[in-house]
This record gives sequence, structure tokens and C-alpha cells, in this order.
Amino acid sequence: MPRNYRLPMRLAAPALVLALMLAACVAPGAGNWRGTGDLGVVVERAAGSIQIVETSGDTILAGVGGLGDLSHASVVFSRDARFAFVFGRDGGLSKVDLLTHCLVKRIVQAGNAIGGAISADGRVIAVANYEPGGVRLFAADSLEPLAEIPATYGGAKALSKVVGLVDAPGNRFVFSLYDAGEIWVADATDPRAPTLRKFGKVGRLPYDGMITPDGRYYLAGLFGEDGVALLDLWALDAGVRRILDGYGRGEEPLPVYKMPHFEGWAAAGNYLFLPAVGRHELLVVEKDSWREVARIKLQGQPVFAVTNPDGRQVWVNFAHPENGVVQVVDVATLKVVRDLTPGRAVLHIEFTPRGDQAWVSARDDDRVLVYDTRDFSVRATLPADKPSGIFFTARAARIGQ
Amino acid sequence: MPRTLGSVLALGLILAPAPVAADEPPVARQQELLYRLRQDCGSCHGLTLKGGLGPALLPSALAGKSAEALAEVMLNGVKGTPMPPWGFEIAAGEALWLARRLMQGIGDEGLGDAP
Repeated sequence: MPRNYRLPMRLAAPALVLALMLAACVAPGAGNWRGTGDLGVVVERAAGSIQIVETSGDTILAGVGGLGDLSHASVVFSRDARFAFVFGRDGGLSKVDLLTHCLVKRIVQAGNAIGGAISADGRVIAVANYEPGGVRLFAADSLEPLAEIPATYGGAKALSKVVGLVDAPGNRFVFSLYDAGEIWVADATDPRAPTLRKFGKVGRLPYDGMITPDGRYYLAGLFGEDGVALLDLWALDAGVRRILDGYGRGEEPLPVYKMPHFEGWAAAGNYLFLPAVGRHELLVVEKDSWREVARIKLQGQPVFAVTNPDGRQVWVNFAHPENGVVQVVDVATLKVVRDLTPGRAVLHIEFTPRGDQAWVSARDDDRVLVYDTRDFSVRATLPADKPSGIFFTARAARIGQ
Repeated sequence: MPRTLGSVLALGLILAPAPVAADEPPVARQQELLYRLRQDCGSCHGLTLKGGLGPALLPSALAGKSAEALAEVMLNGVKGTPMPPWGFEIAAGEALWLARRLMQGIGDEGLGDAP
């Protein structure tokens, strides 16, 4: 398989990069027809490239480079699951065609960004930015800028960093203001003139957010406070309430070596599995009552807790230095049933749409492992350059992903 | 994938000289520290050190600060912020060396394969 796109981009002349990108494109036509339902993207964070992969034969189809700084990069998909939108740390927003393997367009929309979302109707891309703090909206087809939402607060000149941006039903976006301690809901029905609903004093330093798979509840984790801010999007007038107040029971939290990610907050049946900040625990929370029903001891500080689509297992990865292990929690018994060792520095876990496979990235061993979720055997080991996020096209059809 | 001996030597040759030779960790440890800096500190400070949830660590951002104060932050963290203490795996001399390297700028270092 040609691996020439892995030439270190920072060393390559721009013309060479362009040549490689063009060389990677394949013309659509007879013999090339295929669906995108079993496709996905593996981010190669340091090289600034992505791999396009398929999960029927567990193979790498192509690489696409020249995407900038992809540390902390995330990906959403067009509603037809043909295009991947890649959000880079450096403010880059790239649109990649999964069928032709072409970089369709790349813009640098801000100085420092943290993630993005696509509207329910698929027309609007929203990006959460640290610098300048706020959210910017773009047309999904052309990446033309549509609107800017600066994260102003408290009469201060400074703008807040924005985190936890998700899409919500009704072409809305929900996000949290890290410095301001606020949650905002933006209605992008008219994407050139979004309307805002702001909720202040939600708690100190909200650092990430998620929306339940039904698109009803937005939850923001708070750093340095034992609690979670909850907004019911069916009852905005009721405002933001605090749940799990004092879940640390006053114990001094451990230092956090990697912030938990709530994109992967697992919802299985009526339970949510939340990584406890600064603790070696998963909190099990009952939806609707929002009460803690159990906590599960883990071998380190959880970063992602991701549920198998069948709801039976939650796979958890960990912060440095316990990041060479993935623990599997059985939802029926709420117990850890398996420790896996995919490699050094496991950064992400993604399940195939029906949950038959789990793909796991091991950054420091430059590989992605494909597990069979029934017996935990390794179906394939794929080479990847410092792999981080793994994203499958089934996300195109899911709220909040 | 494992780095070849040749590229280890090549990388060693192009390392800029650090200012205080006496405090220098062994070359292999330097590479490990720079890799960790990129990949793990980079979770919050950015792979290119331009900042993220945490502040930028580029020479321009660190101008006017003392290396000793930066080393202190690395070793003990900053209470009330997400910056954790790293003293459990970085020695005081190593932190000071890393702080001085940061203030000089580390170029492309630490972006290679895991040591």
C-alpha cells in the first residue's frame, strides 16, 4: 500500500505537498462505485494528515495530507456521509471527499480552535474557537463564512474560550464558555443571523459538554467543582440546573493529566457513564432522576467512556501515565470485565455502527487496533502516524456527533 | 515504529546546545522529555505550543518570565487551574532544562517517533 503521503509535511515544500494531495485523488466512475456507510477517518495528529479507512475488510483506503496541526482534531460528516469536515487545533477547517480522497477545500478560520459541529439540516458548520474566543458559522457546501458569535462576557474586553460545542435539534448549536462559566444556545435557522439564548453562572470553568443521543439534555462538566451543569432543551425557561453536586464528597481531587472528553460520555439504556474529574472512577448516573446510582473503580483517570452501540459495554481509556490500558465495563453488572493493552498512549476508541468492532488508536506505537467486541481478539493492526481521533461515518446520522 | 539508530544520531547532532551543560539530561532523556512536551503537555498547550486550554509556551509568550518560575510550575502545578504537577516523573534539573529550552524555542524537536 502506498504510504508516501506520510512524508513529514512540515519538511515538505508546499508544491510537493500539493502534488501528493492531487496524486491521492481518485476519479469517480465505473469500477469505483461504493457506499460510504462502512468508511471512516483516522486522524494522524502530528503529520497533519488523515487516513480514510473502511471497516468491512479493515483496511486503509487512502491518506489525505496538508491539513495543518491536527492535535486535538475532531471530525463531523455531511448528512450524505460523503464528506468529512476536519477541525484542526490551528483553526483549520478542511473538507475531504471520502470517495475521491480529495481535499475539497481548506480554510484557516481562526487562530486556535477546539472542535466543531454540523447542523441538523446539514447546511451549517459551526466551529468553537479559543482564539478569538467564540463560534463561527460556515456554509457546509462552500465553507463560505456565514456568521460570527464572539464569546463576550461580563463587560470584559477579553473573549471567552468556547468548549463543548454540539449540534441540537432545530438547527441549533449549544456550547459552553470556559472562562465565563456560561452555556449558550444558538439557533442557526437563519445562519447569517443566528439568535442566542444565554445562561450565566452555570459553574466555574465548564471544560467540555455533551448532548444526550436524543438531543434533549446538554451537560457541561465543571473543572474544580464537583458537579455537572444540565440544560433541558425542551424547557429552556427552566434554565440550567446543577446535578451530581459534590460527587467527590469533599475529597481532594487528584491532579488531572488529561481532561476528560464528554463527546464520549456514554449513554447506555437509562444510564450515563461519566468520567469523574480527578478520580479513578466512572460515575453511573440515571437519566431523568439524574442521581448517581453507582461508581465504578478504574485503573486510572478516565478520558473517554464510549458505549458500544448495543449498549452492553462501555470502553474506557485513560490519562497519562495509565494510558496504555483500555478497560471494558459490562453494563449489566457495572463491573470491569476486561483489561486490554492496545499499545502506548491510547487516545481514542470508536465502534462500528453495529458494534461488532472497536477501533483503538495507540499514539506512541503508531498503530490502530481493530478489536472484535465479542471475544476481544484483534482482527487487524493498521499502521498510522501518531493516530488520535477515529471517526466513522455513522456519526452523520446521529444527533450531537 | 521504532526509530532507527541513524535517525537517533542525526537528531542528536542537530540538537541546539543547551545553555547550562552541567544540568543537561542525557540525550536519550532529552528526546523523551521533548516528545512528552509535544504530545502530552501539548494536550492543553498545543502540539505547536501555540496554546489551547492552557497558555502558549512559545518564546514570545514566555519572554520576561524566569526559567526557575517555569520549572516550579511544571513540578508543582498551579492550584485552582487544570495545570497538574509533573514532579512525579520529571526531576527538578530536568524541569529547569526544559524551561530553558522552551524559552529558547524548540523548533521541530519532539515531533518524531516515540522514544
